[in-house]
Amino acid sequence: MSAEAPRPGHVVMPPLDPNEKLDVLALLEGLADYRPRRRGWHWREPVADQRLGAFTYKETSNGLAHSVPLPAARSFGGIDPQPDCVVTTEIASGRFEDDVRRMRMAAWHGADHMMVIRTAGQSHIDGLLEGTPEGVGGVAITRKQVRATRRALDLIEDEVGRPINFHSYVSGVAGPEIAVMFAEEGVNGAHQDPQYNVLYRNINMYRSFIDAAVAKHIMASVRMAQIDGAHNANATAIEAWKVMPELLVQHAINSAFSMAVGMPREDICLSTVPPDAAPAPCMRLDLPYAIALRDLFAGFKMRAQQNTRYMESDGREATVAHTMNLMISRLTSADIQSTITPDEGRNVPWHYNTVAAVDTARQSLVGMDGLRERVKVDHEAPELKARVREIKERAVLFLEAMVREGGYFAAVEAAYFVDSGEYPETHDDGIARHAAGGVAAGTVVVRAADYMAPVCHHFGVNHLPEGCGEGAGAAEASAGALKPCALIGGCTLCDPEKVPFIDELDPEDNVNVRLAETAELREKGLLTPEVQWAGDGIVVVTMLLPAAERVAEFAALELGRAMNLLDCEVIHKQVMHPAEGTLIEMKGRLDVVVDPATLVIPEKHEPLSDEEIRAFVGERHLKVVAATVGNDEHSVGMREILDIKHGGLERWGIDSEYLGTSVPVEKVLDAAIEHAAQAVLISTIITHNEIHRLNMEKLADLALEKGVRDKLLLISGGTQVTDELAREWGMDAGFGRGAKGIDVASFIVKALRERET
Amino acid sequence: MARADTFASDRAHLAGLTDAELEARFWQLAQEIVDPLVELGRTHTSPSIERSVLMRMGVDSLTCAAVVSACERRGLLGHGAGHVVWHCGTTWGVPVPEAARRLAAGDGWDMVEEKWGGAR
Repeated sequence: MSAEAPRPGHVVMPPLDPNEKLDVLALLEGLADYRPRRRGWHWREPVADQRLGAFTYKETSNGLAHSVPLPAARSFGGIDPQPDCVVTTEIASGRFEDDVRRMRMAAWHGADHMMVIRTAGQSHIDGLLEGTPEGVGGVAITRKQVRATRRALDLIEDEVGRPINFHSYVSGVAGPEIAVMFAEEGVNGAHQDPQYNVLYRNINMYRSFIDAAVAKHIMASVRMAQIDGAHNANATAIEAWKVMPELLVQHAINSAFSMAVGMPREDICLSTVPPDAAPAPCMRLDLPYAIALRDLFAGFKMRAQQNTRYMESDGREATVAHTMNLMISRLTSADIQSTITPDEGRNVPWHYNTVAAVDTARQSLVGMDGLRERVKVDHEAPELKARVREIKERAVLFLEAMVREGGYFAAVEAAYFVDSGEYPETHDDGIARHAAGGVAAGTVVVRAADYMAPVCHHFGVNHLPEGCGEGAGAAEASAGALKPCALIGGCTLCDPEKVPFIDELDPEDNVNVRLAETAELREKGLLTPEVQWAGDGIVVVTMLLPAAERVAEFAALELGRAMNLLDCEVIHKQVMHPAEGTLIEMKGRLDVVVDPATLVIPEKHEPLSDEEIRAFVGERHLKVVAATVGNDEHSVGMREILDIKHGGLERWGIDSEYLGTSVPVEKVLDAAIEHAAQAVLISTIITHNEIHRLNMEKLADLALEKGVRDKLLLISGGTQVTDELAREWGMDAGFGRGAKGIDVASFIVKALRERET
Repeated sequence: MARADTFASDRAHLAGLTDAELEARFWQLAQEIVDPLVELGRTHTSPSIERSVLMRMGVDSLTCAAVVSACERRGLLGHGAGHVVWHCGTTWGVPVPEAARRLAAGDGWDMVEEKWGGAR
C-alpha cells in the first residue's frame, strides 16, 4: 500500500499515530482533490501452517501491524491470529464523521470489511444525494461521505497493515448512478440484487432488472465484490426453517443474471444466513442447507451472515446464536464472515457492540482453527444426505414452477416469494408485486436504433461510431478499436481527473453544523461517555431488582432519575423469577463532562513479562517474608499474592515464608532478618483508628533501627491500600484492590534491579 | 393459492437424476428464467442509466438530473442522453460538462430537435 498519491492541490494527510485521535476536520480538507488509490476487493492472504506463539494454525492469514488482541491473549504471549476469511462489520450511525472512528476501533479488532448501511428511504430517491446530510438508521450515501470515509479507511488500513474493504448498497432506483459513483470513489464491495428492490422496496420490476444489468456491469469493471440480498427472505420469513428452497432460487436468479451481464463468478458473494436459532435444534436444521448451497454454488463466494430473524434484546443470547452460526461457517466454508452486533435487537449498534461482534467472530474462528481436521461432517449419513438432496429438489421444483408460470415477473405477480410454506407447500402469504406497478413504474424505454452512450463499461446495445469498441471497456479496445470514451476524450472510469465534486447543498443539514455542536468537547479535550455519536452522553446501568418484571422496569426508571440520568429507557429486561427478581439494563444520558487536565492520575506501573521475572529470579534465589499484621484474620488476599495456583510469587520461583494472621510487626521483621529475605509483605485492612498507618510506620522505623532498611523492600497491601499512602507511611510500595502476583513480582524485580545498578 | 406439501409426489421426475444431473437442471432452469431479463436489460434504458452515462462523461449529478429529465420530457431517452449531450458538445465545440450545463440551462434544444424531431 502506498500513501495518498500526490496530486495538484491535494492535501496529503500524515499517517495515523496510534496514540492520537483521527482528525475528522482534517479528513474534510482538500477532499475535492482526493482520489482513491486502489479499486476492487481485497481477500486476505492465507498463510499455511502459520506459527504464532506456541501454536501452528491451519486457517489463518497475515497478521496485523497494530491490533487489540483478544483478552485471553495475555496468557499466550499477546498473539493475535487473524482468521483466513474477511470479517465484516456493519457501521452506520447516521453520521459518517462518528462512524470513521468506530471503523478504526473495529479494524484494530480484526474487521477488514466496513459495511455502511444507507439511510432509510434512500432506495426510493431517483438520483444521487450530495453533501453530508444526517441519516436515519444509516448514512445518506453521497459522494462526499463516501470519499471522506474512503480517505479515512486509507489511513486506517495503513495503521493496521491490512487493506480494508469499503462497502455499501447499489440498490434502489438509482442503482446505475450509485454504481458509477462507487467505482469512481474506490468502494470495494456492494449489495446488488434486483430482487431486493422488487420484493422489499416495491420498486418496479422492469426498472429494477434493467438498471441492475448496467449497475452490475459497472461494478464488474472495477472488480467490486457483489453481495446478494437473499438473506432478507430469511429475516422476513414467518418460519425461517421453511424458506430454504426459495433462498437457493433467489441466489440462483441473481447469480445467473450477474454472470450473464459480465460479472465474474468469483466476485459474486452469496449472502447466506443459517436460517434458524435455538431453542429450535438449529444446527441440525441449518447444516444440510449450508451444504446444499455450497454444493450448488461451487466457485461462488460465501458471505456467511449471522442470524437476525430470532434476535431479542438479550446480548448474551445473540452472542451464543452467532457463535453457533460461526461453527457452521467453520464446518462448511466462509469467504466473508459477517457479524451482527449483539445489541441489534434493541437499538442501532453501538461502538462497543460493533467491537464485541467482531471479537466474537475472531475468537470463534480462531478457536475452531483446523477443527475440520478433527471433526468432519458426515456427508454420507443417510438422514443428512437425504435432507441435502430434498432441499435441492424443492428448489428445482420451485424453478420449474416459475418457468411454467411464465417466468420471473409472472412468478412474482403470483406471490411465489417469501411464502411461509416450504415449497411446494404454500401458505398463500408471499409478497405479490405487479409488473406494471411499484415505484418508478413506466420509466424504462426501448433503446432506439441510434442509441449511443460514449462511455466505457456500458452494458447493452450501444451504436458507437465505426472504430469504437461497442459497449466495451478498455479490454476490448486494446484489440485495435478505440475505447468508447475516445469520442469524448476519456470517461471518468478511465480518467479520474474528470470526476466532478459537489460539496454541500444544504446549509443546515451538514457535517460542519454537526461538528460545530461538539467543537468545545473536541477543542478543549473534554470527555463525556459515548455510544455512537461524539458527546451523546449515553451510559448503561445494569441492575438486578428483586421484583416482578413490570415493577422492576418502573423502579429502574425512578432509580435512573436518582442517578441524574436523563431520558432513561429500559433496553433489556429478563425475568430471573416471576417474584424474586428481574435483570434490567437501562440506558440514560449523563449531562456531565470531565476535563482530563484536572484529573490526578497516578503513574501506572507496567508489569514485567513472565520471562523477564523468571530470568531475574532464577539467578538470585529471592525470598519474601509475608504476614497479615494487626488484629486481622484475613489471609485470602495475601495467599493470592503468594500462591502459585493464583498466579502468585511462587510461580516465578520466589520463595515465601508466610507467618499467618494477626502477626505483630516486630515478629515479621525478625523473621525477615532470620531468613535473609529481600522483601517484607504485610497485609492490612484499613481501620478507623489508623492501625494500618501505625503498622506501616512502625515496620519502617523498626527496619531503620535494626539497620536493615536498605536491605529490605517493605511492601504493604490490602483492598483499600494505595501506593501513594503506603509510600507516605514509609513503605517502598503499596498494592490495592485488583493487584496481582505479577504486579508485586514486577515491583520486586524492578526495585532489586535498580539497587544492583 | 395455499397448497399442502406435495413434495413426495411432485419429485417423481427428479428421483432418477444423479446429484450432478439435478444440479445441472437447477442451473439450466435459472438460466432459462434470467435470459429474458438480461435481454430486457440489453435493449432498454432508464433515467438512472442515462444519468449514469452522463456521470461517466464527467457531468455533475445536479446537471445530470436536469438534462435527463428534459430528455425524458421530450421523448429522447431512447437515443441516449449521452448521445444528445455529445451531439451538442460536438456541434458547439465545447467539452461535455459545458454542453450539459448549457442544455440544463435550456439552451441548445432547437439543435436537438433538428436532429431527432420535436418533443413528443
